[in-house]
Amino acid sequence: MKRSTKRRLRHLALYAVLLAVVLVLAFSLDWSSVRQTFFNSDGLKHNWHDLIVTGVKNTAIYTVIAFAVGLVLAIVLALMKLSEVLVYRWLATAYIEFFRGLPALVTIFGMAFGFPIATGWRPPGGALGAGLIGLVLVAGAYMAETIRAGIQAVPKGQTEAARSLGMSSGRTMAFIVLPQAFRIIVPPLTNEMVLLIKDTSLLAFVGATVGSRELTNVARDMMTSGPSAGTATSLTMAAVLYLVITLPLTRLVAWLEKKQRRAR
Amino acid sequence: MTAPTTEKPTGVPAIEVSDLHKYYGDNEVLKGIDFRVDPGQVVCVIGPSGSGKSTLLRCVNRLEDPTSGRILVEGIDITDPETDLDRVRARIGMVFQQFNLFPHMTVLRNLCLAQQKVLKRSQAKAVEVARANLAKVGLADREDAYPAHLSGGQQQRVAIARALSMNPDMMLFDEPTSALDPELVGDVLAIMKELATEGMTMMVVTHEMGFAREVGDKVVFMDGGVILEEGTPQAVLGSPQHERTKSFLSKVL
Repeated sequence: MKRSTKRRLRHLALYAVLLAVVLVLAFSLDWSSVRQTFFNSDGLKHNWHDLIVTGVKNTAIYTVIAFAVGLVLAIVLALMKLSEVLVYRWLATAYIEFFRGLPALVTIFGMAFGFPIATGWRPPGGALGAGLIGLVLVAGAYMAETIRAGIQAVPKGQTEAARSLGMSSGRTMAFIVLPQAFRIIVPPLTNEMVLLIKDTSLLAFVGATVGSRELTNVARDMMTSGPSAGTATSLTMAAVLYLVITLPLTRLVAWLEKKQRRAR
Repeated sequence: MTAPTTEKPTGVPAIEVSDLHKYYGDNEVLKGIDFRVDPGQVVCVIGPSGSGKSTLLRCVNRLEDPTSGRILVEGIDITDPETDLDRVRARIGMVFQQFNLFPHMTVLRNLCLAQQKVLKRSQAKAVEVARANLAKVGLADREDAYPAHLSGGQQQRVAIARALSMNPDMMLFDEPTSALDPELVGDVLAIMKELATEGMTMMVVTHEMGFAREVGDKVVFMDGGVILEEGTPQAVLGSPQHERTKSFLSKVL
């Protein structure tokens, strides 16, 4: 058989498999039930307001808090990891490995339920506030590695030039190394932010007052009450809202990375 | 700690290195160097790559830590842990092979930053000094440019102006023209020559034998981590005594 004929047959077989799967799905599924569950018309009409005004708003607030505080924590951890003092390096490594090795939900539960009981600590914002702190701890660990890599990507000659002008190591870090490192890490940090947006949904597992629930939590409420109760329509809508936020950000990351590659 | 004096010391060597050893792991790259630069002198260090000449230069402002030996800069022992290195470094200008301008700052800011942060000069004073030095290297019109928009030769001239803006007592040059296109080398060498004429103390690691012959007061030939020969340019370049010097010069001249 000719090679081109062989390839044509192979393509034909692949398309046949795809067609078979689509047909099986189309005939085995009860489409009106699917529509009732995921696209309930009352839900689609009335749910948007609460999903956006409460859910998206709180998701945005928690993301910004976790990102901003996590970033400060991450810078401290990255500097510790690059420190000349062995104990600092060791502590930072232990911290980073610990929180990156745990599921974020375990850390959030630990902060929200375990830590306050064990220490008598009354977290600001209750269990939700404590859970948010848990998210900060995790975000800091992930971003610390990104920042460390960014600092190390700044050419050594930059530090040498600054030190040879008599600048102290602290000033060299603040004026020369960190500003250049941040340019390098804007794309990966934006990526961390996308992950963080999605991870705020874990806060749905810790108790929150109605007004302080984030998007996933609001959508879950709507599965049991309101116009589309008993259906998963609010989840579909939450999914659309998540994608509206995350897809532009991931496109932005791709664009920034392309721009950086060209600048080199 | 010895308090650094502000007036140029007389009679004290600008740089005095004695019995300097430097190891990278088990590899001994400097094997007992004795070396001296007097105030106002231009000393050119030549030798094949891997001879330790750049390492020697980088030990003089402690970008490399010597393993043993003593380095005095204007009489101050910079191997003494009590010495305030930043203060000594502020008086030693350094020019790198790869320029090492700060890419996120304009030319003017490159020249002003250390003046303001280290010498505590006012912004107005720093800008005044920076502009004077940019004019000196022929780049007065480029103060708002970013380094990426300058040619290699222009970047190196800015780097020289940046070092000069600290009003250093001496200048270290680490192969300043090795990364430049051949047609850009001349501009940089011309500025270095002008500096030498003005009486600047200079230690220059270079492959430019013409510069060493014309501008150098002393030429030092290094190979394998030791100084094999030193003397006037006429002596070392014109009638070398050592076999290794002869074979090196026959390849580069």
